[in-house]
Amino acid sequence: MKALLFRDLRLAMRAGGGFGLGLAFFFLLSVLVPLGVGPEGSTLGRIAPGILWVGALLACLLSLDRIFALDFEDGSLEFLATAPIPLEAVVAVKAFAHWLVTGLPLTLIAPGLAVFLNLPPAGYLWLVLSLALGTPALSVIGTFGAALVVGLRRGGLLLSLLVLPLYVPTLILGAEAVRRGAEGMAPATPLALVAAISLGAVALLPFAAAAALRVNLR
Amino acid sequence: MSIWEYANPKRFMQTSARALPWAVGLTVACLTVGLVWGFFFTPEDFKQGSTVKIIYIHVPAAMMAINAWIMMLVTSLIWIVRRHHVSVLAAKAAAPVGLTFTIIALVTGALWGQPMWGTWWAWDPRLTAFLILTLFYFGYLALWSAIEDPDTAADLTSILCLVGSVFALLSRYAVNLWSQGLHQGASLSLDKEENVSDVYWQPLVICIVGFVLLFVTMVLLRTRTEIRARRLKALLARERVA
Repeated sequence: MKALLFRDLRLAMRAGGGFGLGLAFFFLLSVLVPLGVGPEGSTLGRIAPGILWVGALLACLLSLDRIFALDFEDGSLEFLATAPIPLEAVVAVKAFAHWLVTGLPLTLIAPGLAVFLNLPPAGYLWLVLSLALGTPALSVIGTFGAALVVGLRRGGLLLSLLVLPLYVPTLILGAEAVRRGAEGMAPATPLALVAAISLGAVALLPFAAAAALRVNLR
Repeated sequence: MSIWEYANPKRFMQTSARALPWAVGLTVACLTVGLVWGFFFTPEDFKQGSTVKIIYIHVPAAMMAINAWIMMLVTSLIWIVRRHHVSVLAAKAAAPVGLTFTIIALVTGALWGQPMWGTWWAWDPRLTAFLILTLFYFGYLALWSAIEDPDTAADLTSILCLVGSVFALLSRYAVNLWSQGLHQGASLSLDKEENVSDVYWQPLVICIVGFVLLFVTMVLLRTRTEIRARRLKALLARERVA
């Protein structure tokens, strides 16, 4: 499992692995929104939590189809399926690797980009916390979506159609936690619910994703 | 004699052929009585005027939109556990019907909301949840049409339906946290003190029964079409071999 994790990380870091793509997208979005909305601080500050969460979500979506597609094409997915570790574990490791190269960096650069969007100072801690708790759910749900469409040649667009509705609760609760934190209200409830969604997704979705993979490899 | 006998396509075709005329007749009867009674023989509401009559389409369509998804969930589960083809074909047949009911509920809701709330659309929890349900229906249908092999498609859409149900439910309660609603609460419950007045309630119940029957009729029809399409495909394949 460790070997698989390091292999996935190495592949993502190398050229063409799409490691920086999500980050660059997130950065550009945070720069473009003020250009489109206008430089007024109060407006930007109010929409900042939502924009940052939507940006993180879309950046996550960008790299989803890479999770299984490349392995499926060169046949290594079949080797992984017959490997001595269960397919559920393979899925979980792949989701974890995806989170390490997208979710984690997104969480780390989010406070820097929040400066552009004029997020109120009280919101920074909650932004980082809610992203740290919520992005694992995004990665795992995305892995499940990628497992569903892995056999299709043009799965990318379908993948976003399937995955975006599944992202709704995480997005609503995550952005709500930041908004409440930024406005000085108690953000504990939505934050706890985001954590609950992440934990539930991490615990259960690898089984659904592995089932989908088995169907696709049949 | 058990319910699983109907999982045999031949048995299903026989029984549904006998049931279908009854279903059509009862649907037409219920919808005619309910809608005519509702539209022409109920008083106008003292606040809402005649717009209250949208209720006879809006409420049954909304109920069936959710029930159609629940039916798909159950039949998908049956497919995964027992692998009866009729079951998953019924789920496939129900999806466009459910999607249509969802869109009808959204459109009639907008038409009702404009004069009453002063807006076509509000990001109210119920409205938002319905919009998300529409997205789930679209995703489910898109996955069906994207995969060529019918058994693979059946498996994958069933898995999507199960996982989607969980997330649709989560979204339904997540949006509650997020905004206060304009939409009124439940007013048809059997155990509540304050409900919609009997004058409106009686034709509404007939309309709801009519919509349930309409759903059953359409799903039966569409499932029969799917089974026939499968048989046709099998025949063509056999001829090509021979």
